[in-house]
Amino acid sequence: MAAPIALHLEFGGGAELLFDGVKEHHVILPDQSEPWDMKQLLVWIRANLLKERPELFVQGDTVRPGILVLINDADWELMGELRYELQDQDNVVFISTLHGG
Amino acid sequence: MVGWQAGKDSFYVDEEYNGQLEHVATPSVSKKCVKCKESTAVLIIRAVDAFCRCCFKEYFIHKFRAMLGKNRIIFPGEKVLLAVSGGPASSSMLSQVKEGLSRDAPKKLRFVPGIIHIDEGGASGQSMEDRRRAVAQVESVLRSSNYPYHIVYLEQALNLPSSVLEVGSSATEKLQTGPSYKAAVDQFIQTNQNLHPDLFLENAWSHLSSLSMQEVQNGLSNPITPENTQALQRLFASVRTLTAKEDLLQTLRQHLILHTARTEGYTKVMMGDSCSRLAIKLLSNISLGRGASLAMDTGFSDSRYGDVVIVRPMRDYSSKEIAYYNRMFDVPSVFIPGLDTKAQDKASIQRLTESFVNKLQTDFPATVSTIYRTSEKLHTACPPQNTNSPTFDKCLMCACSLDTNAEEFSAFKATLISEQLSQRRGPGPGLSLGTAGAPGPPPASFTGQGQCRSSDEGQRQGCGSREPGCCLSAEMPATLDLKSLLCYSCRLTIKDMTAVDILPQYILAEAERKKRRSHMRKEISEFLLEEEDEAKTS
Repeated sequence: MAAPIALHLEFGGGAELLFDGVKEHHVILPDQSEPWDMKQLLVWIRANLLKERPELFVQGDTVRPGILVLINDADWELMGELRYELQDQDNVVFISTLHGG
Repeated sequence: MVGWQAGKDSFYVDEEYNGQLEHVATPSVSKKCVKCKESTAVLIIRAVDAFCRCCFKEYFIHKFRAMLGKNRIIFPGEKVLLAVSGGPASSSMLSQVKEGLSRDAPKKLRFVPGIIHIDEGGASGQSMEDRRRAVAQVESVLRSSNYPYHIVYLEQALNLPSSVLEVGSSATEKLQTGPSYKAAVDQFIQTNQNLHPDLFLENAWSHLSSLSMQEVQNGLSNPITPENTQALQRLFASVRTLTAKEDLLQTLRQHLILHTARTEGYTKVMMGDSCSRLAIKLLSNISLGRGASLAMDTGFSDSRYGDVVIVRPMRDYSSKEIAYYNRMFDVPSVFIPGLDTKAQDKASIQRLTESFVNKLQTDFPATVSTIYRTSEKLHTACPPQNTNSPTFDKCLMCACSLDTNAEEFSAFKATLISEQLSQRRGPGPGLSLGTAGAPGPPPASFTGQGQCRSSDEGQRQGCGSREPGCCLSAEMPATLDLKSLLCYSCRLTIKDMTAVDILPQYILAEAERKKRRSHMRKEISEFLLEEEDEAKTS
């Protein structure tokens, strides 16, 4: 049983264009039995935050190639990428390194 | 507990032990920095090297210095123009320059920087309000650097003088052939001290700060009228594919930067192309037909314009490193939507290449660095000397060597032949499409340049009033002449335009001038001395 998790999400490098230009989001992920991981977070973002063109942000299970993800200011590759389990008050940043965002 | 050595195999090791790693993928059991081996690593670069925050900062700053030091091209006291688009790479470059020039930097860099920012909103259809806001944001970043800056609008490209297309003679070439870099530097300092004694290094800083205010006023007093913007939009609207639009934008941007550098006295221009960006550029340039100029387009230094040399100090940094550094060390950057923002993967060759390289990179992290290393091995070969003078060997628009004077049985000729064969022949004589074409010399003088090419703009079904047609007639359309002055890929870009006379006046004027020169040269060719005699007398 996991308590609702509060997260601070940020989007940069042009990725914010897909979220109505809003760069910072404070979200609360609802209760659920298994702990939240990054993979589920992406699904949640796609369903609840993404305003347009989901293929420009998410590709399959993971983010589109070219989008850098930082969890608490550390590369998510060091944290296990999609398998990382989210903790309360985590800070997740998505930065697009692509040309047009 | 899992600890694995950083090395070439570690990437594959990870995949094998996936299941076992799952429960330890938490921050508590993290990798140590490969450099200092003490602090916790926060970033992985080059797929296997994990760096901690401090080591990463050191590594990042050092790379910039090393890049400039290794390629000893920038002389102390030289005026260098930084091209800052506001994006992450160029903003990072600006912060590195600031860092390198600061008083307390060990072995500090010594050159005199200025900044140029081009507002391209006119081409990408942004509203005036959005553009003003973006420019204001960029300006606040530029102002904080205390270097003189120039804010230029893409609309101004339409009013450039045709002299911008001339290849200047290199001022510093003589210096580099000297016995050593040190001697070259001394010579450079000598020359400059004589020219501008009161602008030199120690006084340069005070001069710079007074310049900053001046530039701000210049920026504000540069009005762009709606007519200018509309003319620019018409130009871009006449280009049918996004690929050609991006190519044209790149060309105009280069010309604007070149013009600013020349008028303000800058001899070097620093562009913020990152390693990832250059890898993509390399591949897409090949697809665009720019293979002949790859070395210049993606190398560290680009001296095609002669008097102004373009350098790319960021070419060793991947996009990831730059994005991470900007985030961790608060380097401000402004995102400005461009022509290809939110475009689909297949919208243009450049976008397709970018998506291809990025996808490949995720599965094979050595992709970008392999392409980069390959590009380092490319060098410009000296073109064989022919009877034309150097001015005719350069492409009109991109100033790289013309690669279309190929021999009879080359691949290029084969392309032309198949193009002719696959086009429908028009019914009657063609119209003169170019406004810049004066009622010119008789057609006989042009037979050498091209067979009746019923390709090109004559075949467009765009505007109802234009008939498709054959070309060789007394009212020579400027389009044909333009083609003989362009390299292969610039020809392709022009082909995608519905009408060539929409091109900015300076391009058409220079084309006209070159055409006249070429014709004159042909007329007097029998009176010219032979090459060997020329070399002796010059």
